[in-house]
Amino acid sequence: MDKPFRRRDLLGIRELSAAEITGILDTAENFREISNREIKKVPALRGKTVINLFFESSTRTRTSFELAAKRLSADSVNISIASSSLSKGETLIDTALNLDAMAPDCIVVRHSSAGVPHQLAQVSRAAIVNAGDGANEHPTQALLDAMTIREHKGTIAGLNVAIIGDILHSRVARSNIHLLTKMGAKVRVAGPRPLVPPDMAYFVEKDLFVMPRIEDAIDGADVVMILRIQRERQDSAFFPTLREYAIHYGLTQERLDLAQKDAIVLHPGPMNRGIEISSDVADSSRSLILDQVKYGVAVRMAVLYLATGGVASGE
Amino acid sequence: MNFTRAFVTICMQMGDEINLVEKSRIMDGSRMKRALSRLASEIVEENHGAKDLYLVGIRRRGVPLAERLAEKIEVLEGTRPLYGIMDITLYRDDLSTVGANPIVNRTELDADIEGKTIVLVDDVLYTGRTIRAALDQLMDFGRPKKVQLAVLIDRGREHRELPIQADFIGKVVPTKQTEIIKVMLKEFDDIEAVGIFERPAE
Repeated sequence: MDKPFRRRDLLGIRELSAAEITGILDTAENFREISNREIKKVPALRGKTVINLFFESSTRTRTSFELAAKRLSADSVNISIASSSLSKGETLIDTALNLDAMAPDCIVVRHSSAGVPHQLAQVSRAAIVNAGDGANEHPTQALLDAMTIREHKGTIAGLNVAIIGDILHSRVARSNIHLLTKMGAKVRVAGPRPLVPPDMAYFVEKDLFVMPRIEDAIDGADVVMILRIQRERQDSAFFPTLREYAIHYGLTQERLDLAQKDAIVLHPGPMNRGIEISSDVADSSRSLILDQVKYGVAVRMAVLYLATGGVASGE
Repeated sequence: MNFTRAFVTICMQMGDEINLVEKSRIMDGSRMKRALSRLASEIVEENHGAKDLYLVGIRRRGVPLAERLAEKIEVLEGTRPLYGIMDITLYRDDLSTVGANPIVNRTELDADIEGKTIVLVDDVLYTGRTIRAALDQLMDFGRPKKVQLAVLIDRGREHRELPIQADFIGKVVPTKQTEIIKVMLKEFDDIEAVGIFERPAE
């Protein structure tokens, strides 16, 4: 099927170049100010329709995309699995074709299976934005993390970033590993053995290191990125108990002291206090969790704007 | 995935600009300076001083012009008027048109515009559409007491597509539609000048 001119998908970070990533981030910088205005709205996407198609539950990401669309004056519609025809037996492709027949300009999709956004991109005329697909990618999360890092560290190149936790199941980790290594950072990953693929280092061309202990990963790091323990997978015997996880892999102040003095702490949320991150670290000034949420709206505004025809800064 | 396609388009546009031929020079640096001095005087004369005056430069070339006007007004009146920057990309009326390649830049209106006399500053007034976008954006920021428009070059009323005129004009330059007026400023270009350009005949 013919795609309209200028349609652009955001399926993952893997497909992007460092220059393209920088372009998106610079555009997002310029959208930040809109959320501080008294009237938090610009007419840029007036008349455009954005469908948020969420097959997996999400509060933060969906709200963030919805606010981003509304602040750009787009009309947004939310579809969640409970109310969709898929529960009535329709196939994914049929759902996509039906939505497409209503002529949306952009479909933001989240699904528990990797590759669903890519599949939709093949059949839909709307621009497809990946809001998380299985354990594959969550590109807007990596972009907002990058924006937070840039804001506090000035640049990403040359930084040491530790990613701690359930690397195996984490799309946040994958998107971040792609983004950070493309932008010239060194990434060290660590977590419980069964949750860190041992040959992970080959996942990207360079600058990714699997560390045996989380202390080794955090040692001297400029950024410590904590992943959520996915409690829904807790039964699968990847680690014995949550309590044990907290003791061996939780980010405590003591462990954070191994990092650089000005190291920052990121967490994609929702966080399990006292498990992967201790409350005192989560509430400290080093933790930028709420900044991440704030930048998330700006990043998604930029992505929606670019997906529906805008041009990135510096292009 | 195609965030690159736009890049190529922009490069082509820049290439086009390089090929433009200058037909005549309307202002050099010192004429531009004198025109801006006169504009600054007119603005404070019309508004009885610099009180509540708020200059807003429209990106890109309106920004350094507004800065220079603010400096000149400070010399004249002893107080520096408020100053802000506006990017009108998100308010453009051609955002959905094929070929429009809008890059978003930051708007910086840090001081409240409520009750102020706003002077929008741009380099060239042509169709009036940029000013329409600027006015719409301005109203989303609050309710100024008054809005005026200052431009370095007015290409003439016959080109106007909206009922918009300037209050303060550096120079009226009647032009043909095929001609392009370029205001060159040291912030962006090598020289300070205003010239009429045209594409070379095919």
